[in-house]
Amino acid sequence: MSWLHTAVLLPFIFALIIPIVYRFIKRIHIGWFVLPVPVVLFIYFLSYISTTMSGDHRFAELKWMPQIGMNFNLYVDGLSLLFSLLITGIGALVTFYSISYLSKNEQLGNFYCYLLLFMGAMLGVVLSDNVFMLYLFWEMTSFSSFLLISFWRTRQASLYGAQKSLLITVFGGLSLLGGLILMTLSGHSTSIRHLIAHASEIQSSPTFILAMILILFGAMTKSAQFPFYIWLPDAMEAPTPVSAYLHSATMVKAGIYLVARFTPIFALSEGWIWTVTAIGLITLFWGSLNATKQLDLKGILAFSTVSQLGMVMAMLGIGAVSYHYQGAQSQFYAAAFIAATFHLINHATFKCALFMVAGIIDHETGTRDVRKLGGLMTVMPISFTITVITALSMAGVPPFNGFLSKESFIEAMINATHSHLFSLNTLGVLIPIVAIVGSVFTFVYSVRFIGQIFWGSYKPEKLPHKPHEPSFMMWIAPAFLAVLVIVFGLFPAILTKPIIDPASRAISNAHIPHAEFHLFHGFTPAFFATLFIYAAGIALIFTYHKWVKVIESIPERLELNYLYDRSGRYMPFYSKKVTRTYMSGFIRNKLMVILGSLIALTLITLLCMPFSLNFDHVSRLRTTEIIIVIMILASAFMIVFARSRLFSIIMLSAVGYSMAIFFIFFNAPDLALTQFVVETISTALFLLCFYHLPNLNRYNESKSFKVGNALIAAGVGIVVTVLGLIAYGNKHFESIASYYKENVHSLAHGNNMVNVILVDFRGTDTLFESSVLGIAGLGVYTLIKLRSKHKNGYERVEENEQTEK
Amino acid sequence: MEIIMIIVCGILTSISVYLILSKSLIRIIIGTAVQTHAANLFLITMGGLNEGAVPIFQPGTKSYVDPIPQALILTAIVISFAVTAFFLVLAFRSYKELGTDNVERMKGVPEDDD
Repeated sequence: MSWLHTAVLLPFIFALIIPIVYRFIKRIHIGWFVLPVPVVLFIYFLSYISTTMSGDHRFAELKWMPQIGMNFNLYVDGLSLLFSLLITGIGALVTFYSISYLSKNEQLGNFYCYLLLFMGAMLGVVLSDNVFMLYLFWEMTSFSSFLLISFWRTRQASLYGAQKSLLITVFGGLSLLGGLILMTLSGHSTSIRHLIAHASEIQSSPTFILAMILILFGAMTKSAQFPFYIWLPDAMEAPTPVSAYLHSATMVKAGIYLVARFTPIFALSEGWIWTVTAIGLITLFWGSLNATKQLDLKGILAFSTVSQLGMVMAMLGIGAVSYHYQGAQSQFYAAAFIAATFHLINHATFKCALFMVAGIIDHETGTRDVRKLGGLMTVMPISFTITVITALSMAGVPPFNGFLSKESFIEAMINATHSHLFSLNTLGVLIPIVAIVGSVFTFVYSVRFIGQIFWGSYKPEKLPHKPHEPSFMMWIAPAFLAVLVIVFGLFPAILTKPIIDPASRAISNAHIPHAEFHLFHGFTPAFFATLFIYAAGIALIFTYHKWVKVIESIPERLELNYLYDRSGRYMPFYSKKVTRTYMSGFIRNKLMVILGSLIALTLITLLCMPFSLNFDHVSRLRTTEIIIVIMILASAFMIVFARSRLFSIIMLSAVGYSMAIFFIFFNAPDLALTQFVVETISTALFLLCFYHLPNLNRYNESKSFKVGNALIAAGVGIVVTVLGLIAYGNKHFESIASYYKENVHSLAHGNNMVNVILVDFRGTDTLFESSVLGIAGLGVYTLIKLRSKHKNGYERVEENEQTEK
Repeated sequence: MEIIMIIVCGILTSISVYLILSKSLIRIIIGTAVQTHAANLFLITMGGLNEGAVPIFQPGTKSYVDPIPQALILTAIVISFAVTAFFLVLAFRSYKELGTDNVERMKGVPEDDD
């Protein structure tokens, strides 16, 4: 148990304590008690910077279940540290913001409990060295985010969004588990470090591709990539601090972390590079295109998050090309890793601030609908400033940090086409084109985001509340983030050396160059691409109302949400239909299935297995027995054709008595005796019930019904006969009866072998057989004695008999 | 002899299955009773129908018939009797309560039954 373990467990411990504290302290906002957790953790993780900067790492071990290789081992390198700092840093700001955002009337104990659970789980994901611990924390993030999205659980939309996100992320989580298991099987270890060090073992295993696909499913669902992004816009029903924290800065980046973490294992595969890049770019394009038509502030931000995550994903895909080169050429492509890690930080800062601004607007005006908002520039100047800084950073405008990473992104995409691997130089031409088009739309929605809230005409009559500037407490967190946006934009060097370098070195195997970002670095293709983006973006903003109709006219039927909802509606429908086909409620159908499969299985077995028939030891035929056999068969057939119940009961007892006679001829006196007695009693019982039993009614059994029954019956009879013949002809061992025969007198002091077996050698059988008899007696007694109150049973019988006759 | 007995068992099983598949509850119960007979006959046949003395120890007798299947069948007869008796009363009660012995009509809880 090291300090590192304590750091991961601290949020969990507080998640237990906070609801209790909340019960007793009502006067102070409970968020103040939560705030120290992320702050302390952030400072604690800052202390690791010196370790990772020198290329070193920390490893802390704690045995949990060593038998199955599941140990709580934690590992800090540059990549983990970057994510840990994001989680705790943004976590602290979000907690601070939530104190003023959520009023004391809400169920704050629940809220902060869930939030801390999520924080701990997220730290666990990024710090775990053990794949199964990673999976455990992974599912905990899904679970806690489910709780957070459905925080206002009286709203239908919250529940819908929470269910959707849980279904999709758990689907991905389970597939991730499959991929991790495959990797541990081929890599012979559950430690991520060990797996990466022995990557060649995994790469040469036959399950490599399958493991890759499964892990990608996990990453894509969590990071809301195409086509799994659909849960993220619906998760916007959560309180805004949750959206800011989970759905912009942390949880959606868990997938990014996973892709980055396993890049050293999978980067050798062409499929990995193409899939990650292509899905990232499609997501970038589709997300930014859809963001332009959203009418809800958080909807715009949700789609923008989707698109920005796609951008990071694409950079990770291109960066993986560096694994195929040596030396300087490798460094050339590894620059994409640097861009990706830098953009991760940038996106967390500006997107979190934008969400907070959207929350402020919602809080102060009472609406998030862009059609009602507008002209708030002079009413809310501070929010306006923050929005301009962060939204322009998102658009990629200098001098903000988004510009630097956007520039590196375009550059990396253009560089990708120079590679002569995997037809990147031919098909790869599409990569920068899609990237640039996606960036144009990013510019459009970013600038429109500012415009929709703050420009245009002021419509106070449409707003539920009278808008005014929020309290100091509320805007301080987004303002701080806006300052960071400018600082990182002007002085990227304060980030590059301590954080970005170690993080990208953890992803890449090459000695990648030191990250450098400049606001202007010559007239490169990327520079001209950026100019084009601005020009096209401005042109599109002015013609917005002309082309947006084209996007809006995409029919609902083609949307993925439509498919999701349809499948959600039709899957229960069809499964019910399928279930109804065999769960018909008719006992005959079930018997048909059971007996039919008995026949089929026997036939298949007989066809596949050789068997022999052997009748050497068959005893001779005797006339008396033949007569009895004929009696049995005749009376049994009579039962089938009987028309009255009396006749069938008598025929049944005829079968029973013939059986008893048969037992006499085969030297079984005890059996004969019992059979006689039992048959007499059961016949008496049948006759006792005689007057109360219904008459034998065939209920108009149709011909096909009878034929079907007869076929099944004949099949079962044949199966029994054939199996009996085979079994009889293949006796492999002598009977153990000789022991009983020899020792019945000497050991058990009895002469009647059957009785001695029943009460002495195998007495337990007899004990429980008696219990069966006792239980049946009790059952009969209760059935007759304990009835419900109503007495109208007999009347109904009469009614029914009249209608059926 | 055994071959004939096995075939008889098969035929008895067929008859019992045919009865069990029918719609009338009483026929189903009779079917289970016939099934019991078929199984018992099968048990004793598989033990071998070789001639031998009654399985009661007498000094000097060399060959007895196999006592084990007999003990098994004795147990089986008693159990099946118990089950048949219970079934019979159950059928009687359900006929009284539900007003039908047609198993196709016994679906779920009958309506307006409180």
